[in-house]
Amino acid sequence: MTARTASLWQFRQPSVIPGFGLALGVTLSWLILIILIPLSGLAWRSSALGWSTFWTLATDTRTVNALRISFGTAFLAALVNVIFGVILAWVLVRYRFPGKRIIDAMVDLPFALPTAVAGIALTALYAPNGWIGSLLTPFGIKIAFTPIGIVFALVFVGLPFVVRTVQPIMEEIDKEVEEAAATLGANRFQTIRRVLLPGLAPAVLTGFALAFARGVGEYGSVIFIAGNLPYVSEIAPLLIVIRLEEFNYPAATAIAAVMLIISFAMLLIINTIQAWSRRRYGYGA
Amino acid sequence: MEVRVQNIRKEFSRFPALNDVSLDIRSGELIALLGPSGSGKTTLLRLIAGLESPTDGTVYFGNEDASRKTVQQRNIGFVFQHYALFRHMTVLDNVSFGLTIRPASRRPAKAEIRKRALELLDLVQLTGLEKRYPAQLSGGQRQRVALARAMAVEPNVLLLDEPFGALDAQVRKELRRWLREIHDRTGHTTVFVTHDQDEALELADRVVVMSKGKIEQIGTPDEIYDTPNSPFVFGFIGQSNILPVKVENGQLVLDGQPIGVSAQGEKDGPAQLYFRPHDIELLDGASGISGTVTVTRRVAGTRHVELDVSAAKSKVEIELPPEKVTSDHSRLSFRPTRWKLFRETA
Amino acid sequence: MAHDAISSRTGNTETVRIATSESRLARYGLIGVALCFVALFLVLPLAAVFTEAMRNGPGEFATVLADPETFAAIKLTLLVAVIAVPLNLVFGIAAAWAIAKFEFKGKAFLTTLIDLPFSVSPVISGLVFVLLFGSHSLLGPWLQSHGIQILFAVPGIVLATVFVTFPFVARELIPLMQEQGTSDEEAALSLGASGWQTFWYVTLPNIKWGLLYGVLLCNARAMGEFGAVSVVSGHIRGLTNTMPLQVEILYNEYNFVAAFAVATLLALLALVTLVLKSVLEMKYSEQIAASRRH
Repeated sequence: MTARTASLWQFRQPSVIPGFGLALGVTLSWLILIILIPLSGLAWRSSALGWSTFWTLATDTRTVNALRISFGTAFLAALVNVIFGVILAWVLVRYRFPGKRIIDAMVDLPFALPTAVAGIALTALYAPNGWIGSLLTPFGIKIAFTPIGIVFALVFVGLPFVVRTVQPIMEEIDKEVEEAAATLGANRFQTIRRVLLPGLAPAVLTGFALAFARGVGEYGSVIFIAGNLPYVSEIAPLLIVIRLEEFNYPAATAIAAVMLIISFAMLLIINTIQAWSRRRYGYGA
Repeated sequence: MEVRVQNIRKEFSRFPALNDVSLDIRSGELIALLGPSGSGKTTLLRLIAGLESPTDGTVYFGNEDASRKTVQQRNIGFVFQHYALFRHMTVLDNVSFGLTIRPASRRPAKAEIRKRALELLDLVQLTGLEKRYPAQLSGGQRQRVALARAMAVEPNVLLLDEPFGALDAQVRKELRRWLREIHDRTGHTTVFVTHDQDEALELADRVVVMSKGKIEQIGTPDEIYDTPNSPFVFGFIGQSNILPVKVENGQLVLDGQPIGVSAQGEKDGPAQLYFRPHDIELLDGASGISGTVTVTRRVAGTRHVELDVSAAKSKVEIELPPEKVTSDHSRLSFRPTRWKLFRETA
Repeated sequence: MAHDAISSRTGNTETVRIATSESRLARYGLIGVALCFVALFLVLPLAAVFTEAMRNGPGEFATVLADPETFAAIKLTLLVAVIAVPLNLVFGIAAAWAIAKFEFKGKAFLTTLIDLPFSVSPVISGLVFVLLFGSHSLLGPWLQSHGIQILFAVPGIVLATVFVTFPFVARELIPLMQEQGTSDEEAALSLGASGWQTFWYVTLPNIKWGLLYGVLLCNARAMGEFGAVSVVSGHIRGLTNTMPLQVEILYNEYNFVAAFAVATLLALLALVTLVLKSVLEMKYSEQIAASRRH
C-alpha cells in the first residue's frame, strides 16, 4: 500500500540512465519557446476578439466558402488517395515487376519536393494549354483553375501518407490468415474484401486522417493550380494570407482558429476510434 | 473420407521437399505426420490441402482426383499453428465464416448457420464466448475456435499443422486428450503434423515418420516404437543406444568379446547394434557388455545409469529398477534383451 | 539419389493456382492502375519541371540562374537550413532521449505536442509569428523601439522554418530508440562509462542512420518550406526571398522559364534526398525500421 502511494506521487520511475533532467529541460524549453508560446498567442488573440466578433468573422460568407472548399477538397483527395494508395501499397508489397524499387522510392517525392515546385509543375500539366490539360480541353474538361485542380494538388501531397501508413501493416499480414480463408472456401475476392481489408482498416483510417489533415492546411501546391476565385476555388489558408496582406489580423486569426479547432476535433475522433479498435481487436495503426 | 497420396514429389526452386511419397489414409482415421523440421511433413499436409501444388503425383479424395482442384474446391478443414483467426470478427463470425461465404444456392439460412456455429462452440467447450474477439481469448481457446471454424464446413478431411506448437506444456497436454475425444465423437478423417513424438504416439491411430522428404515408416504407435525399421526411426523415437558390433558365426561380438547375444541368421560382418535403455538385463561376472558407471539419476520410477563402455569407446544409458543402487566407478555388465541390427549402407 | 528434375516433370505445376495470389489478369490490372497513377501524379510533374526549365535551351537556363536575386535566394535558403536543421537536431536527440529512455507522467501528451506542427497548416505556422512579433502585437512596439527586426527578415524566416521542421528528427528517433530499449546503456554504465561516454560510444552508433534519415527529411523540408516562410518573409527581393518564394515571384511575373529553372534546383534537391533516403533504407533498414511510418 505504501509503495503504491509513493509511486502515485512519483513523477518518473527510477532509472540508472543519466541525463533525464537535461534532456527533458532542453525538450520542454524548446517546445515552449518555438511551439507553445506562438500557438498560445493565436489562442489569446482569437479569444480577445470576443465571442460575437469571432462569430461574425467566422461565419462571413467568403470565409465559410473557403473553409468548405478546403475541407471538401481535402476530403475528396484523401478518399482518392485511400483507393489508389491502397492499390499502390498492395502492388509494392505483393508483386514483383521491373522498376518496382524506383516506384517505391518515388512515392516519397511529395515529402521531398517543395510544395511550390509541385504547384507549378502540376499547373504546367493540367492547365488548359498544359501537357495533359490540352488533351482534355477538347472534351470540355477543365482541371486546373477549378476545385478539381485543388483536389489534384492535394492528391499529390497526401499520397505518401496513405501508402507509408498502409504498407508496413500490409507487409505484416500473416499469410496463414489468407490461407485459412481459402481453406474455408473463400475465393480471392472474398478473402480480400472480408478478411484482408477489414484488417487493414485502422491503418487505412490513419492514412486517410493524415492525408486529410495535410490537405486541409496545404497552401504552396494549391495556390498555383486553384485559380483562387473567391467563393469558388479559394482555400482557407489563402484567405488567411489575403487577410494578412490587408492587415485584417482579426479575420486571419478567426479563420486560423476555426481551422485548428476543426482539425483537432477530427484528430481526436480518429484517435478515439483507433483506441477503441485497439481495445477491441487488439490491433490498431 | 479416404485420402490417398500417390507418388507425390514437390520441389521448391529445384530443392526437393518431398520425394516420391505415397500414403493411404483410411476414412475416419487419426494420422500423425511426425518428423524433425525440414522433413517435409508440413509440405505434405499443405499438398493434401491444396495450399501447394505438387511437382508430380496425385492426391485422391475417395475415388476423385483432387490434384486439379483448388483449395477452395477441396472442402477441407485446416488448422494453423498460429490459429490464423480473423481478428476483426467475433468468435461466432469466425466459426460461421466458411458457411456465410458460400454462394446463395449452397448457403444455409442465417439462423441455421448460427445454430450450427453455436453447436460447434459447444462441442469445443467455448459456450458463452461467441461474442468475444480473438484478442480477448487465451491461446488454447483460440486454437479451439480455429478447430471449430475448420469443422464448420463439414470438411472431407481435417488437417492440423502443429496444432499445439504455440501453446505451453500444460495446455498442450489438455488439448491433446480433448482432440482425441472430439475425433472419436465426430469421426472426421484427421491428419496432424507434429515434431513431438509423445503427441504422435499418444494421439494417433497410425504414425507416419518422415525424414528428408521421405516416409521412413508407417505404423501404429506400438509398431513404430517396438519395431522401428530404420536407424532413423530407432533414433528419433524414444531413447536408444548404439554400439558398433560384429556378427561372427551367429554371435554378436564387441571389441573381440562375445556379448552373449545370439544373432542366428545374420550375415557375418560389422553392424550397428540398437537397443533401448529399458530392454536390458543385468548379468553377473564379466560376460555381456560391461562398463563403468559415470552418472546415475533417479527419474520417477526408474534409475537411469550412464555407463562408459571402454570396449566401444562410447557411452550407453540403461534403466534399472530404483532399488538397484550403484555407486560411481563401479562396474556393471548387461545384455540387451530386445535389439535390432542395422548394417552400414553406402 | 540423383533425380532428373526436368525430364520427370509432367506439367502438374501451375494447374492449381496458389491460394494466396490473384489471377494473372487481376495482377497485371492492379500493377497497371498503380503505374498509371504514379505516372500521372508523380513522374509527369517531375518531368514537367525539367522540361519547362529547358524550354528555351540550356543557355537561357544558365542565364536565369546567374541572376543576382536568384543567387541571393539560394544563399538565404542555405543559411536558413544551416541554422534550423542543427537546432532541431539537438532538440530531436534531447526529446528522444527523454521520451524513449525514461518512463514519466505526461509522456504521451509530450509526444503529441511534438507532433503538433504536423497538423498545423504552414500558413498558420507563419501567422502565429506575425501575431507574436507584428506591429499590432504585444512584443511589436518593444521590438521596434529597440530596432530589432524579426518579421520580414531572416530571424522570422528561421523561426517559421524551425517551427515547421520541429518534429522531423524527434519523430524518427523516438520509435527507433524505444525499440532499442535501455539495456545497452545500462551495460555501458555498469562497466563504468559516464553518461556522455555512454551516449557517445553506445547510443549514438546505434541511432546514427536513423538520425541521418531524420536530418535528411528535416533538411528537405527546411529548404522547401513555402507557406510559413511566405507569410513571415515580406517578399523583399534579394533580401528575404528563399528559393521557393523566388519560384513564386518569377512564376507570377509570367517568367515561367526562370521559375522552372529555380524549381529545377529544388527538384534536384528532392531527388538527391530520395536517393539518399532509399540508400539508407536499403542498407540500414533494420536500424531505421521504426521510421517507416511517417
